[in-house]
Amino acid sequence: MRRLLFLLPVALFVAVAVYFLLALNPNRDPQLLPSALIDKPAPAFQLAGLDGGQGIALAALKGQVVVVNFFASWCEPCRDEHPLLMGLEKQIGVPVYGIAYKDKQPDTERFLKQLGDPYHAIGVDESGRTAIDFGVYGVPETYVIDKEGRIRKRFVGPLSERQVTRELLPLVQQLQHS
Amino acid sequence: MKAILALLAFLLLAPAAFAVEPSERLSDPALEARARTLSEELRCVVCQNETIDESGAPLAHDLRVLLRERIAAGDTDAQAVKYITDRYGDFVLLKPPVVPATYLLWFGPIIVLLLAGGGASIYLRKRKAAAPVAPLSDAEARRIERLIEEEN
Repeated sequence: MRRLLFLLPVALFVAVAVYFLLALNPNRDPQLLPSALIDKPAPAFQLAGLDGGQGIALAALKGQVVVVNFFASWCEPCRDEHPLLMGLEKQIGVPVYGIAYKDKQPDTERFLKQLGDPYHAIGVDESGRTAIDFGVYGVPETYVIDKEGRIRKRFVGPLSERQVTRELLPLVQQLQHS
Repeated sequence: MKAILALLAFLLLAPAAFAVEPSERLSDPALEARARTLSEELRCVVCQNETIDESGAPLAHDLRVLLRERIAAGDTDAQAVKYITDRYGDFVLLKPPVVPATYLLWFGPIIVLLLAGGGASIYLRKRKAAAPVAPLSDAEARRIERLIEEEN
């Protein structure tokens, strides 16, 4: 027993070393925040579409798994993410909705005309209030909402092909069959 | 030189001084003071080491306005802060709440102090309890005297 006591500093050192190793992992982004809304009902929203077109209302999305992507024409990472979004609906088999965050409508329209429109429908969130309700802290952010209207996952920053195949696709498939 | 210093001072002070824009302020000074205090305790999630009170980020502006709206609508301080933590999580509180996830943070130092203090007191007590030092034998006493004489 006494002899084990001498191992205590070694054990402490190992614990601290492991902690540092995890914390200093270059792939880990310390600025990444967990969402406060995981597994909670998505905040209700009703947004107008571009040019008075059809917008999005959360209530109308109930009963299906959907992906909601916050984007803006002024957001550089959104441009990086855009090519991936173009094929996303086909790839994962559920509708992908876009919410234009604090963007002027003509700019959003130009952005989509230039690069293509990957969205099932678009909601205009010019005030950014819907984004705040979701806890968005920077665009792009992507949310997965299940059939009961609960937020199941948040991706911060541009989606990568790896995130789609490893995380988004399996999650969406699992949610669809539950 | 003076001009450069003045410019430097201006640049250094400007963001802090102007973060809360005049247009954001509530007309009721009491409510505004409450909003000010609350926004000094809320972290800006964009530039994470600033409060929303001092941050120039657009989201910080939106949250300042939102906070003032809640307060003007009659929210208590706790309700207004909860409105924001419901959306952004406890991370935005610059003073972390005492919840199970932060027990280690709050009580860690006390635990370390108790462990170290306990260990030290056990060690010291054991040392004191150890057999008292035997008095010098006659030969040793003579040797010490001799040594002291040689020194002198």
